[in-house]
Amino acid sequence: MADVDVRLVDVTKRFGDQVAVDGITLDVTDGEFFTLLGPSGCGKTTTLRMIGGFEQPSSGTIELQGRDVTNLPPYERDVNTVFQSYALFPHLSIFENVAFGLRRKHVKGDEVKQRVGEALELVQLVGYEARKPGQLSGGQAQRVALARALVNRPAVLLLDEPLGALDLKLRKQMGIELKRIQREVGITFVYVTHDQEEAMTMSDRIAVMNKGRYEQLAGPETLYERPATRFVAGFVGASNLLEGRVGSDGDMWTVTLPSGAVVRAPKSLGDIGSAGAIGVRPEKLALLEPGQESRGNRLDGVVVDTSYLGVITQYVVEGDGGLRLLVSEQNVDRTTRSDTWRPGERVALTWKPDHGFVVGDSAKA
Amino acid sequence: MGLIRRNPAFTPLLLLAPGLLWLAAFYVAPNVQMFASSFWNGTLEGGFSFSLANWTNYPDALIKYQEQYLRSIEYGFVATLLCFAIAFPLAYFIAFKGGRARNVLLFLVVAPFFTSYLLRTIGWRTILGDDSIILGPLKALGVVAPEARILDTPFAVIAGIAYNFIPFMILPIYVSLEKIDRRLLEAAQDLYASGWGSFRRITLPLAIPGVFAGSLLTFIPAIGDFINAELLGNPGTTMIGNVIQRQFLVVRDYPTAAALSFMLMILILAGVALYARLLGTEELTSTAI
Repeated sequence: MADVDVRLVDVTKRFGDQVAVDGITLDVTDGEFFTLLGPSGCGKTTTLRMIGGFEQPSSGTIELQGRDVTNLPPYERDVNTVFQSYALFPHLSIFENVAFGLRRKHVKGDEVKQRVGEALELVQLVGYEARKPGQLSGGQAQRVALARALVNRPAVLLLDEPLGALDLKLRKQMGIELKRIQREVGITFVYVTHDQEEAMTMSDRIAVMNKGRYEQLAGPETLYERPATRFVAGFVGASNLLEGRVGSDGDMWTVTLPSGAVVRAPKSLGDIGSAGAIGVRPEKLALLEPGQESRGNRLDGVVVDTSYLGVITQYVVEGDGGLRLLVSEQNVDRTTRSDTWRPGERVALTWKPDHGFVVGDSAKA
Repeated sequence: MGLIRRNPAFTPLLLLAPGLLWLAAFYVAPNVQMFASSFWNGTLEGGFSFSLANWTNYPDALIKYQEQYLRSIEYGFVATLLCFAIAFPLAYFIAFKGGRARNVLLFLVVAPFFTSYLLRTIGWRTILGDDSIILGPLKALGVVAPEARILDTPFAVIAGIAYNFIPFMILPIYVSLEKIDRRLLEAAQDLYASGWGSFRRITLPLAIPGVFAGSLLTFIPAIGDFINAELLGNPGTTMIGNVIQRQFLVVRDYPTAAALSFMLMILILAGVALYARLLGTEELTSTAI
């Protein structure tokens, strides 16, 4: 079992009568790329700021490498932060920006020079030492911010939406870069983002947060294949949720839809509770001619929208009873026909029961 | 209008024109006239005549009034330091801890401007008077000697100057402090700088442009001031402004007055250039934005 680098125990943060973070308990292990994912206002940034020491929890404790740091100021914690706005010091050169933390710790001049050099090499900014932050592009500033934090070799690096201010292409590039750097230095990363794609590509584990608590904590694959709540199913990727009367049939959960159709999912996928639902991802659905035979779950409907997106074609199908489902089909080897389906055509949707997932009663709907 | 449409390059010129005309009529022309009159000799009654040979007006005036020049520099310098010592903590408080009261506090800083400069300075005569609210109780308690006085001393003059010009120090410092991104201070703390450390390494350097502007706005009018020395001082606290005022309006020795004014101007310009070099403000202001 790897060592725990960050431990939150029942951490709550209130601002006035607003609860920003509502009793979070979690462990981040050594060397992990850990992500707090959620929409704005879900408490992810507040959680990060409490780990960094910029906010005091209203209750609960925060431990770094087994040491209680709940009441320590930021400058006495062995963590460093990459701020969303970068917060580079405008009056200092890039070299002095990166050297700032080392100088405060009274590291010797030669060593400062060497470590700053290494840090700038790591983020591929050698030769920029003498510039001022105002002379850098957004992507470069972001990398300086990273170097400025990493050079101190903290136990944990906190990153607050570090790619948020970059354009899409640069964001993807920097995402890959970040992951490479994290592997290279082996420092624990706690990463905050609202971008599920970013979270999925980089993280070892993700806590999906909503309304001050996390709804599911798991690896990217599990989050996608087995989302545990309606919120996670909707926030991480696209989902079709099939709501209705919940029942049980042997080793299968059943949901009877308003149209009368029954869909099934194996009980091994999770607990559906009394008010849960069965879900299925758009790419797991297959489109068939209405008369075609099929096994597994099946729903009938009419195509209402077709969008050709290159790799896939996306359909909106209105099932009997008014239920709308999102379907995506790879644009290769169409099994049933060579052409895309057109709006107005009747189709059947089918999927294997164990390709679905089960969401339970939401803790807080 | 047709001119602008045909040649867009005229637009900036047109926009600048009112300001340039203003400067030409009320700054350049009087300065040229003053400069010319510093090479005059003669009297108001007998008429003045211009000759470059009268350059000796400058050394003559300088030698005669060097004491007042030195005193003006000294008073201006001390008053500026005093202003800085009071203004910086005040501006810091308003910018960082002012919260919602910020605008009220800023209004209070400029509120004295709603009263005339002269009246405010005369008011100080009452405050600093021999049996005033300051000295009266102190004398009654025996803390100071009965013959002690503040009014008509160098202290009173410097205090008056500092009082009158302190808003010009507070406001620019406030502006530069206020626009410091608070996240920079968090970043400094994140990088192991304590509260004092982040103040010294981040807040103070970023406030330098404001300190620079504030001290110029204070020092320049202070060094040429004559009201405070006139109303709060004694014959031994005469500043160069008093001399120039008297030469112009009482003695009517225009050539000497003009020469004195020009030397004061050159003194200030040289001082500002030196100061700017010391603080390296050009580089700072260009990157802090």
